[in-house]
Amino acid sequence: MGAVMKLSEEEERRRRTRSIAIAWALGAMAVMFFVVTIVRLGANVANRPF
Amino acid sequence: MSDTSLDISRSGFDIAARTGGGSVGDYLALMKPRVMSLVVFTALVGLVVAPGTIHPVIAFAALLCTAVGAGASGALNMWYDADIDAVMQRTASRPVPRGLVSSDEALTFGTILAVGSTVSMGLMVNWVAATLLAVTIAFYVFVYTMWLKRRTSQNIVIGGAAGAFPPMIGWAAVTGGISLESIVLFLIIFVWTPPHFWALALNKSGEYGRAGVPMLPNTAGPDATRRQILVYSIILAPLGLAPAFIGLGGLVYAVTAVLAGALFLVLAWRVYTRREGRGAEQAAWHLFGYSILYLLLLFAVLLVEHISGAGLLGSLPAWAR
Repeated sequence: MGAVMKLSEEEERRRRTRSIAIAWALGAMAVMFFVVTIVRLGANVANRPF
Repeated sequence: MSDTSLDISRSGFDIAARTGGGSVGDYLALMKPRVMSLVVFTALVGLVVAPGTIHPVIAFAALLCTAVGAGASGALNMWYDADIDAVMQRTASRPVPRGLVSSDEALTFGTILAVGSTVSMGLMVNWVAATLLAVTIAFYVFVYTMWLKRRTSQNIVIGGAAGAFPPMIGWAAVTGGISLESIVLFLIIFVWTPPHFWALALNKSGEYGRAGVPMLPNTAGPDATRRQILVYSIILAPLGLAPAFIGLGGLVYAVTAVLAGALFLVLAWRVYTRREGRGAEQAAWHLFGYSILYLLLLFAVLLVEHISGAGLLGSLPAWAR
């Protein structure tokens, strides 16, 4: 079995902050793609077959 | 490379191998934020001066992708050059040599950003801009960092192309192509790069020597470097004026380019003539500092002229264009 790495309190805090930053970045990217899609489609955004 | 630098690099990597606890700030530092800001600025100018229109959201996406692509180049450069960075005072405090981010983490981070920024540029803006961004990143990482930097004193001459692409990316984001105007903007930065970096290298030749980087002052000597700085400055001054003759810059730009180019030549001449002691060192620092201002000034005037309307600031007479 491999050795278990024990993170210090400071390392735990940094990892948490990194995870939050990654979540924000991914969320911002999703919003960005959505907005760009709306901009590119323009008035055709609501024009879809039912 | 010297044995000393190899030893230090190994100790640097040993420390880095144990870490995995870099802060968000450490990862931002991997992206070379100061270089990134210059890249974004020149890309913005390319985007604004290009003919045609672009939706503000698409323009923002183009600049964001360019910024992240530049950051990816920085991270991959820091991954590969950690051994060199560790022995140079200017770069020893970077996250990888300090052991705050491991080299594997820097490589992964840089690769994800490089692929992500290029694909996003293609999907959100256009594939010409995306291709130029990919070429920029690849040129900086593979051609400059991995191939040229440790092998030839012409490293920053050829590698300088990577830093010259951003205005072309901005231009392509609007027009979807490449044209004479965007190539002129590319050439200005391309010719500006050698005197800018060699002015720094003149005063940092000891550090480059210890790190085993064959900068021109180390391989050809300081006098040959001073001559080369002067030669490139003589080419740069009239080249800086070129946008005024192809309809890209107006009258204000032309006057600025003449005056700024003349001052560039004066400072390059001082570097050429002052060869020893404190005077020589100061002349090189002055040229280095001014070269940054020079590039910012030329591009800022182009930006202001286009934002405020060329008619307001005047343009060269038709016979001169």
